[in-house]
Amino acid sequence: MNLMMLLEMASQGFGSRRGIESEDTALSYEEIFRAAGAAAEEVRRSGAKHLALLDVSSPAVPVALFAAAWAGVPFVPLNYRLTGDELHALLARIEPAYLVTEPERADTLRDRAAIVTTRQDFLAAARNNPTPEPSWSMDPDEISILLFTSGTTGTPKAAVLRHKHLVSYILGSVEFGAAAEDDAVLVSVPPYHIAGMASVLSSVYAGRRIVQLPNFDPAEWISLARDNAVSNAFVVPTMLSRIVESLGDVDSADMPALRALSYGGGKMPLAVIERAMALFPDTAFTNAYGLTETSSTVTLLGPDDHRTAVASDDPAMRQRLVSVGRALPSIEIEIRNDEGEPLPPGERGEIHVRGEQVSGEYLGRGSVLAADGWFPTRDGGWLDEEGYLFLEGRVDDVIVRGGENLSPGEIEDVLLEHPAVADAAVVGIPDEEWGEAVAAAIALKPGQQVTEAELQELVRQQLRSSRVPTRIVFKDELPYNETGKLLRRIVRAEFAQA
Amino acid sequence: MAQLKPGSRIRSDVCDTEMMVIAAPDSDLEVICGGAPMIELNAEPSGATLADDAAEGTQLGKRYVNEAGDLELLCTKPGKGSLGAGGAPLQVKGAKPLPASD
Repeated sequence: MNLMMLLEMASQGFGSRRGIESEDTALSYEEIFRAAGAAAEEVRRSGAKHLALLDVSSPAVPVALFAAAWAGVPFVPLNYRLTGDELHALLARIEPAYLVTEPERADTLRDRAAIVTTRQDFLAAARNNPTPEPSWSMDPDEISILLFTSGTTGTPKAAVLRHKHLVSYILGSVEFGAAAEDDAVLVSVPPYHIAGMASVLSSVYAGRRIVQLPNFDPAEWISLARDNAVSNAFVVPTMLSRIVESLGDVDSADMPALRALSYGGGKMPLAVIERAMALFPDTAFTNAYGLTETSSTVTLLGPDDHRTAVASDDPAMRQRLVSVGRALPSIEIEIRNDEGEPLPPGERGEIHVRGEQVSGEYLGRGSVLAADGWFPTRDGGWLDEEGYLFLEGRVDDVIVRGGENLSPGEIEDVLLEHPAVADAAVVGIPDEEWGEAVAAAIALKPGQQVTEAELQELVRQQLRSSRVPTRIVFKDELPYNETGKLLRRIVRAEFAQA
Repeated sequence: MAQLKPGSRIRSDVCDTEMMVIAAPDSDLEVICGGAPMIELNAEPSGATLADDAAEGTQLGKRYVNEAGDLELLCTKPGKGSLGAGGAPLQVKGAKPLPASD
């Protein structure tokens, strides 16, 4: 198995169809295939052991991804927001590397990688040089992509995704050539995010043209979607929130071509998804949950689930809107307690997943998969009677107060019900009496007011008194990273300083 | 031919067809394409020719399954032969498309 098999099939099946387009470049599937081969030849000749990309989305992304697969070296998309020592440390871990980067960076990184080339030079050479005879390893165990985790809790780990994981994910979730000739997907997540990688692979195998937005901006997203008659898009919750905000006080988003909008990568506030569904009445919404270590999506809340939940008066059905849906057919899910025993529906524990696409491996640290293939996600959650999964935040974020485990997500959900509250983050802070105490950082809606005591009373009424935040601070906004992950360690650090 | 292994690839002895094994039974099962047993991807064709009564062709990207449902093959390269196993033709598996998630 090799990712190249997916591109080769696309090139054979619909080679002349346009595969990707940006402001200044458009490539058909056959052209991506030929460019990947020519670039692979360059990489092989250089002797580099990794093909790294430190850049925003551009047509160089799919070319480099497949060139690495063809050449038999791991593809390493790096976070382009990193600078200085952080970046140099990552580059040192993948040397000797062939690095594709933006022109402004190329000179300063000249001595940090074996080969440094700009996106433009890389693409030009790939398109002009001859394509070698197809030949790539079919060893399913070779490393396909190394993705450095965001390192929100320490030194970044490099998640290892092998060809077998990614090919299994695509074959298990995408039907070959399923896209219509004029379908287009708008990709606004960066290449160093698993969703950015998955979107390239899914789109190529489905035959869906990729339109890229290198730096997310809600107004640009809207105009790009309209101008290109975009049919599909994936966004993280913060992006959808900003898109909805940017559309303002209108009745409809006026994007009739947009048939499907999927989202994932963080918790979607109920108010945002409800507003979005009202603004995009003809668009099918899908919530996808997955991790880097699981080669992207493992559960889906599909369009019908969304519609049924919104139309229902039954609170249990309506709650499905904040679920991440059910497991893909190729994935198994179990909720387990601290002793590793499976829990019945309704009970909270750690989410474990199993399937061919699940890697659970980090470079230099080996695999955290159990012998029978189960991967402990460190995400907390519970399943309802019909297998719908509800997320409860990271297990490591659980607050242990006087021996009782408290889930921040449960308390945040109650706080968010208050009409004045725009956003809430609950963390544990050191406490002499209880070990940990509950603290909450709150962002208010513009022009709204609420007292600490009112919020404490709200939590006391709906949950047990142990869940009532002993400290509450009000902030203009809460800290998120650029892909929409709440940075709890910053919230915690701010409480520690105060 | 040796037992089929998920992830491995086989080719037709008589046409261009290539298949990747998605699922296979534990027991030995001979897959036929164009009237002749399929061979390992790197094996040399025997020189056999396409049988007239097994020439309906294979389609790129389609999944082929047996009646029992324990054999599933993905067509990675199409050809002129038609597929069979255990004395019966393989059928194209109906697509149950999932919503696009990325």
